[in-house]
This record gives sequence, structure tokens and C-alpha cells, in this order.
Amino acid sequence: MAEILKSEQNPLALEHLERGATADGTHLDASELILNMGPQHPSTHGVLRVILKLDGEKVLGTECVIGYLHRGVEKIGENRTYAMFNPYVDRMDYVAAVSNGLGYCEAVEKLLAVEAPPRANYIRVILTELNRMASHMLWLGTHALDIGAITPLFYTFRDREEILKIFEKYCGARLTTHAFRIGGCLYETYEGFEQDVKRFCSHVDPKIDEYEELLTTNRIWVERTKNVGVLAAQDCIALGVTGPVLRASGVKWDLRKAQPYAAYKNFEFDIPTGQNGDTYDRYLVRIAEMRQSLRIIRQAVDSIPEGPIMAKIPKVLKPPVGEIYHSIEAPKGELGYFIVSDGSTQPYRVRVRPPSFVNLQALSKMVEGQLVADVVAVIGTLDIVLGEVDR
Amino acid sequence: MTDEPKGNQEKPAQSEAKQPPKVGEGSGQDALSSGAQQPPTEKVTAESQGIAPGKASDAIEGKDLAAVKPEQPEKITEKHGLAPDTPQAGAQPPGAGMPATGTPPTGAPRTDVPTAAPKPPAAAPPATEKPAAPVKPAGPTPQPWASEMVTRFQRQFGSGIQPLTYLGQNYMIVDRSVVSEVLQLMRDEERFDYCVDVTAVHYPQREKQFDVLWVLYSFPRNERVRIKTMIADGESVPSAVPIWPTANWLERECYDMFGIRFDGHPDLRRILLPDGWKGFPLRKDYGIIQQDQEWVQINLGIESGQ
Repeated sequence: MAEILKSEQNPLALEHLERGATADGTHLDASELILNMGPQHPSTHGVLRVILKLDGEKVLGTECVIGYLHRGVEKIGENRTYAMFNPYVDRMDYVAAVSNGLGYCEAVEKLLAVEAPPRANYIRVILTELNRMASHMLWLGTHALDIGAITPLFYTFRDREEILKIFEKYCGARLTTHAFRIGGCLYETYEGFEQDVKRFCSHVDPKIDEYEELLTTNRIWVERTKNVGVLAAQDCIALGVTGPVLRASGVKWDLRKAQPYAAYKNFEFDIPTGQNGDTYDRYLVRIAEMRQSLRIIRQAVDSIPEGPIMAKIPKVLKPPVGEIYHSIEAPKGELGYFIVSDGSTQPYRVRVRPPSFVNLQALSKMVEGQLVADVVAVIGTLDIVLGEVDR
Repeated sequence: MTDEPKGNQEKPAQSEAKQPPKVGEGSGQDALSSGAQQPPTEKVTAESQGIAPGKASDAIEGKDLAAVKPEQPEKITEKHGLAPDTPQAGAQPPGAGMPATGTPPTGAPRTDVPTAAPKPPAAAPPATEKPAAPVKPAGPTPQPWASEMVTRFQRQFGSGIQPLTYLGQNYMIVDRSVVSEVLQLMRDEERFDYCVDVTAVHYPQREKQFDVLWVLYSFPRNERVRIKTMIADGESVPSAVPIWPTANWLERECYDMFGIRFDGHPDLRRILLPDGWKGFPLRKDYGIIQQDQEWVQINLGIESGQ
């Protein structure tokens, strides 16, 4: 055995390896390893490619390669009328299509200086909050799956299905809903909408406790998520990270409270925050957000006003020359639209400020010094949707 | 309309009503011409983008541009910076001195009425708003924006800065030469700690073809402001990465889509498009179909994929 190790022909011979040993001879040279992860990787949630620089199992650095799903949404926007572009925004963050549509419609409404009627705003809030829950449920299921807990996926998908059924009954689509129109809503609520929503609320309330039973005190879950991917509050702000990730780091900021839009100022709800900014806190914050969403939905359904659902807007939309930035609190963070009008029927420029894109930038910071397995946990906890990252 | 600056909207209207006479007497020509820079250029580009603006309006645009351009170069703006400053010095102390000592950057800065009224530089735009209005009656126009913060900036940069407000949203048009200073001050002094977005708009008809925008937000003030500068094709802007690390990817995307270079960016590469991509897709003169045909001709050996 010793003979083989000393053999000069053998590249793995001890003497070759010893050449790489450090001066004190304590350990062999640990050369860096470049590991490619994705774009076809089940835990990258789409087509994200991450190039990892590793020292053993420790991550020294990362680089994200994105753009595999780039469809030029902003360019498409310049070549469509305001109303025609509306369905396209659903295809960005396709698990929270309703939020995307709300942000876009409100931005154009601001540009037109019209406001959606109160009833439309209530319908918007109900559907957007349902969508926030659906988005968080999908996140929870897949995130837990990445880390090795399979059961939550079935639980969350079962309950998410109920939300999608309500969407389907309301507007005919489950995922890319195109639920709202510029100026309000196209569809009046269907017969029994309120009952359906209320039934869903009472159905899902104990289910959230079930998710928590599976995970919150689960030792494997806690070990895999506590102190993993820690992001301090000042780093979050410097990196422009928003949404639950920011709140889990202890910054109590939510656009629904800070700069209320739609009908949010009429409802009571709290902004859940964490302290440590780790993966576990982000999990707790999102779970708490689902409960807050339920609170908002219940209030909205109980107090939904009567009246028109569409503001008086012209058939052909020609917003006056000018520009507007409007942003909403999407499930992933601040979703902003910057629209420039030249007075014609098509936007001169539509810029989307995508929360996933900006949040993904924090990945490098979060996984530095962590283990390879944690990269998967951190990608999951950022809750990115590649359709929105790449647009 | 729920934006915090809402209250501010009313104030410019008041000051506008009071000020025009002052403007006429005081900074006269200077105010007119320096104020004339902005609104016409916006109008021009906007109209020229319309479907059929017609020749007449084109001719008007040409004149407008000619009238505006001499004002744009940096040297002249520097001179302007000096000229209006001296008369200001006399006019400002009552208003300007107060905010500096009284309430620096705490809370809502614009509740202070005296600062809004006696401010000569902000009075320049309304004078130009009026000739613009009859041409295009539809829709609101950007109004001058007055606040303590703006006063501070104007004292420092003079006419290098044009603060405006439109639909309750505030923005500043900043001369290219002072962008980096303004951005730095926005974060350090005015506590705009969150850079929301960096983006650009392309106006091929303009001499300064690009608007580059920074959307900034301040957590302590719950306030949003846009900083905008205009640059010509091939000109670069200073990178905001040293100020806000989040600008890294946003600037890369801006470069990817518009070909705008950010000086001092640590790693300015394409981000969404492949490295070998030709052209910058969000420029207005970028031909989508032509690009597509070229690709199928080279890669698939067929005439057209359409």
C-alpha cells in the first residue's frame, strides 16, 4: 500500500499531494472547486444557474446566471396598448398573477387620474390577499420539499387548490388570472362568492396550525433553517431586499401600511417581523403573514360595499403625457411599475421593478461561508420566481 | 394618490399663484430660460412619439430644441449656478436660514410654509408652464416642487437641479455633472437609504437621448423621490454601487437593455441576455424582426422565421 502511494507514476501518490501541503504540514492543499448548479436543477425553482466556488463543502463565493426565461416583457409593453399589456404582467410572477395585475392597473389608473370604485377595491383586496396566501403556500410546500420534508407539499397544495377554485369561479382562470382591468374589475362577484371565501377562511385557519405542527418545532427543520442564510437589517436595506425577507430581519415595513393602496387603509392587520433574519424567521414571518391575510380577507368580505365595479374610463386609453412610479406589496416584496406615457395608446416605456430579481441579488451574501446544502435552503427561503427575475 | 407627498401638491399651486409677478421683476430672463429647459424637451419627445404628429408640430419642435439646447451644456449651467445664487442670497435668509437651524431632516420636512413661499429658483418653472399649457390643454403638467430638502439642494447646486412634482410624485432633474454628488447626499444627508430602482428611457429624437432614473425611498421619512438625469448616446453616468449595493444588478440590466455605461461599476456585463448578444433591445431603434431574421438565417439556414 505504501509502495503504491509513493509511486512516481501515480498522480495521487502521497509525495505529490504533500507538495500542496501547507507550511506547517497540518493539512493538504484544499484547492477550490467550481460547482455548477442548474439551470436544470429541481431546487432552483425554475431555470436559475448558480456557479458555486467551494472549499470542501463550504461556499466561498457564488455567481448567479440568469436570463434563461427572458421574454422581453418591457419591450412587449412598448408594442401593446395599455389594456393589451395587462395579461402579460400575469406571466412574470405567475404564482402571484393577481398581485402583478393589481400593481399594473393601479399604476395606469394613477396615470389616467382615475380611481377604482370602492367595491372594486374590496374585490381587489380579497383576491390579492387570497393570492398572497396561495403564493406563500406554494413557497412553503416547495421550500420544505427542498430541505427534505415532503409532507407539507401535499398539505399546502391541497389548500392552495381551494384558492385556485375561487379564482376559477371568479374569472375562469386559475393561475394567470387577468382578474382586474384598468379602472376596476371586469367581473362582478359570482353568486356565493362571499360564502366561498368565508368557507375557505374557516377551512384554512386550522390548516395553517397543521403546517406549523409539522415544521415549527420539528428538530430537523429547525436545524436546517436556524442561523442559515442570515441577513442583517442594514444589509437588507443596502441590497434593496423587500418583502418577508426584509421583515424577517426586523424591519417593520410593508407598503400596505407605509403607503396604502387599494382599500388597505380600511383594514386592521399587523406586520409580522422576525429578529434574526435567518431562514427560520423568514418561515415564521410568512406563516404569520398568511394569518394576517386571512384577517384582511375576513374584514373585507364582511364589509364589502355595494356599487359599481368599474370607474368611468374611455374605451381607448390615452393617458396624458407624463410618467409615474407605483408600487405595491407583492408576496415577494416591492413590485413597482414605472410607466412613461407619450399621450398615445401605447406606453412609451414600461419598467417593472421586480422583487424577485432584486432579492436574488442577496443570495451571494447569504450563502457565503455556509454549506452547499444550505444554498438550496437559501434559494428556497428567498422565494424567487424566475419568470419575474428574467421577465 | 395615497402617497405621502399629497399635501405638498397644494403648496406649489399657492406659491405659483403668488410668485409670477416676483419672477418677472427679479430674475427675469435667467429664470425664464433656465426653466425653459425642461418642460419643452419633455413635450417634444412625447409628441414626436405620437402616431402622426404632422409636419407643423415637427417644425415647432425643431425650434424648441434649438432654443433649449444652448442651455444644456455643463459650462453654461455652471454659470447659471452662480448667477441666480447671488440674488438669492438676499432673498433667502429668512426662509433658508430657518430650516437649517430649526428642524434639519426630522420627519415631514414640507410642513413649513415660509420656506415654500420665498424661494426664487423654484419659481422659474411656472413661468414656462403657461406658454406650454395652451399648446396642449389635456392633462396635468409637472409643477415645481418646493420643500426644505429641495431648498438645500438648490442652494448647493443652483440650476443644476430642477425639482418637479407630477401626480403627487416628486422628482428632480439633475445635471449629469452633479449626479454622483446628489446621489451621495441623498443617502448620507437626506437618509434615502433604499435605492428602489435604476432604469432608463430612450428618446432617440433628443440630442441627449437617454433619461437615467434612480427611484429612491427613505425608510425614516416614508418618502419616495426620483432622480433623473439626461445623457447623450455614448455618455456614461456614475455608478451608484458604492452608495447602494443593490444598484449592481439594476445597473447591469440597464446596461444590458440600453447600453448605458456606469462608471465605477465593479462588473458591468450583460445580465439577462447572453454575452454575445448584439444591440440593446430597449432602445427605440432596435429592430426585433430584423434581429430574429438574422438569427434564423445564420443558425437555421432559412430565409425567415416569420
